Amino acid sequence: MSQITEHPAHLQHHFTDVHQQAESAKLGMWIFLLTEVLLFGGLFCFYAIYRSWNPDMFHNAHAFLNVWMGATNTVVLIVSSLTMALAIRSMQLGKRKLTMWFLAGTVLLACVFMVIKYFEYSHKIHLGQLPGKWYFFEGIAGTNPHIFFSAYFLMTGLHGFHVLGGIGVITWLFIKTARGSFSPEYYTPIEMTGLYWHLVDLIWIFLFPLFYLIG
Amino acid sequence: MEHTIPEKHYLNEATGWKSWLMTLDHKRIGILYMIMVMFSFFLGGVFALLIRWELLSPDKILMGPEMYNQAFSLHGIIMIFLFIIPSIPAILGNFVMPLMIGAKDVAFPRLNLASWYIYVIGFCFAVYALFTGGIDTGWTFYTPYSSESTTAVIPILTAAFVLGFSSIFTGLNFIVTIHRLRAPGMTWFQLPLFVWAIYATALIQVLATPVLGITLALLMLERVVGIGIFDPAMGGDPVLFQHFFWFYSHPAVYIMILPGMGIISELIATFSHRRIFGYKFIAFSSLGIAFTGFLVWGHHMFVSGQSDLAAVIFSFLTFFVGIPSGIKILNWIATMYKGSISLDTPMLWALSFLILFSIGGFTGIVLGTLSIDVHLHDTYFVVSHFHYVMVGGTVMAIFGGLHYWWPKIWGRMYNETLARIAVVMIFVGFNITFFVQFIMGTQGMPRRYATYLPQFQGMHGFSSIGALIMGVGFLLIAIYLIYAIFKGKPAGPNPWRALTMEWETPSPPTAGNFEGQPILEHGPYDYDKVIPENALKPYKTI
Ligand code: HEM
Ligand SMILES: [Cu+2]
Repeated sequence: MSQITEHPAHLQHHFTDVHQQAESAKLGMWIFLLTEVLLFGGLFCFYAIYRSWNPDMFHNAHAFLNVWMGATNTVVLIVSSLTMALAIRSMQLGKRKLTMWFLAGTVLLACVFMVIKYFEYSHKIHLGQLPGKWYFFEGIAGTNPHIFFSAYFLMTGLHGFHVLGGIGVITWLFIKTARGSFSPEYYTPIEMTGLYWHLVDLIWIFLFPLFYLIG
Repeated sequence: MEHTIPEKHYLNEATGWKSWLMTLDHKRIGILYMIMVMFSFFLGGVFALLIRWELLSPDKILMGPEMYNQAFSLHGIIMIFLFIIPSIPAILGNFVMPLMIGAKDVAFPRLNLASWYIYVIGFCFAVYALFTGGIDTGWTFYTPYSSESTTAVIPILTAAFVLGFSSIFTGLNFIVTIHRLRAPGMTWFQLPLFVWAIYATALIQVLATPVLGITLALLMLERVVGIGIFDPAMGGDPVLFQHFFWFYSHPAVYIMILPGMGIISELIATFSHRRIFGYKFIAFSSLGIAFTGFLVWGHHMFVSGQSDLAAVIFSFLTFFVGIPSGIKILNWIATMYKGSISLDTPMLWALSFLILFSIGGFTGIVLGTLSIDVHLHDTYFVVSHFHYVMVGGTVMAIFGGLHYWWPKIWGRMYNETLARIAVVMIFVGFNITFFVQFIMGTQGMPRRYATYLPQFQGMHGFSSIGALIMGVGFLLIAIYLIYAIFKGKPAGPNPWRALTMEWETPSPPTAGNFEGQPILEHGPYDYDKVIPENALKPYKTI
């Protein structure tokens, strides 16, 4: 019964054709992103509850975050999303060298993000603006300011882990691209990583105003 | 007609332990899961018997109160996280679902194998906790106690956290498989109802489990780092933990029951030899359950200090959860009406399910009634309710399903007489164990205590006898099922004369499931149109 079809190397045996395989990967990736949203959802919930209980304390505490660093990081991540999208486009057009440049650019920007984050974190650790029982900073009016920093470190921390994960995966894509594993016919991993990277970007776009721009 | 085992099949196509540990075949992964999950069931069962042993008398027999707290906590944690949540999807879902939709495998075979290894890692953490201080928080890990208990809370939380990922990966895999890998001609409304149930379950696995993950992570940070978000002394709120926990764990009870309901749909249709009644109602009620299950978590917290308004709303919404389950029960009964019912072992399990799950469901509605639950909360009435749904429901379904698909999985038949004796033992033993617990609950016997007032001695003793009967019953099942793997009579491809696609392959199936791409020729329940070939006995007419 089976028709004779082309059987490219990247087609796994249990799929009937490349199209089915790519569509499956895409659906799987979207569901994975959904679980990521729910994972962060718990923390956003946490944030919403404690902010509504301590509106003044949150307002006072947020003034101790560095808006310029946060804003720079926002721009850095948005640009990295663009370079990631361009990497996919270049592979669609079969331009392998260009894809590698864009992937490298994305990794570089992600590293810039992490370096800025490092400076922010170490400054806060130094001052004692820390979660829970580690908090020893004095000078924020309101009860339990450590809760603000619990939320801050948890949410940006989890986000930071996702950036690190992204750096790893995109580096791996860079190596695979250099080895010629991808072509205009098959670039699903790049595309899927792109989706992931956009979500990481998007989460930061929520985190930035929630922490740095409390009005 | 005499059947023989086919020469080449998935069990002997490759040999050696490596061919099992590195396998990407969904059937073999299902069996790997079966070994681990059933071992967990055994472990959890041992703890159950220890609990019932201790409760033979209000005085100390085996263990003091601290040990007792550990015994019921480990029983609950093992049974929930290691046994019942993975059970049906990971074992039978893995083995049967791709066959049912005419696929060669699940969409992501490597992820499937990874999910098993992740399960094993979670299992190891749980065992590690068992040997390094145990755990005495109960399976619900309520704060503030769980942030203070000196037992091995961190390892056990890690175990539950890791097991969550295994569950998410299975769910994700199944959703994609059901969307993308159905055989040509198999529309959504020609899917067997088991597949619908697995699909609805997978949705809950994917949507609820991440929230459990983050909740457990927060609790670990609370303990290790002292972030204080569940600690009132630091401006935190312990009730928040309960909200987070039940936001996952109420939907999780549907992760436990929905796949069981899927199995029951298959069993009732097959053994009534009749088109299933209300196919679409059953299919959509699975989605209905998945959805409404997310709206009722507050019914576990009626006396935890949530606002009165919230309690009233949650109570009201809880009544709606009963509707989709009721729809299913009525449709199953309507399917049997005027069917030609054969009482083979799987059908006996299905009938047990119908009776026991109905009792469990109705008492759930009783508990959902705010004014009643204020009195019954944390009594044996609750204990009995959830055992009627989880054991009376899910466990009956698992064993019904195992008996039904055993000949497909191994190609061989078990001993029917022993199997019938076992199902009767379980049914009787179960009711002896748990029915009196409803009565004790209404008389005020609180749950989770190693001792009790002398007035309860008779009923506790009665209950423990039932547990022993069940224990022997399960042992019997283990013996004849394992015996059947090696010595059973060859079963042939379709011993039950069922119409779903998994019965069109040989038993055991070939490594690639089907010769070429199967194409759907008839619906899963077209008993009025098709007479299945390969029948063992002559086909009874309706
Ligand atoms: C008809 C649908 C159901 C309703 C209306 C319902 C209602 C309830 C309510 C109100 C409680 C809380 C009682 C209390 O703690 O005071 C409860 C507890 C429980 N239910 Fe159900 N239930 C239903 C079905 C199920 C199913 C299908 C399962 C699992 C397969 C289940 C498992 C549990 C468990 C494990 C608990 C106890 C949790 C604990 O505190 O340890 N329920 N149920
Ligand atoms: Cu519930």
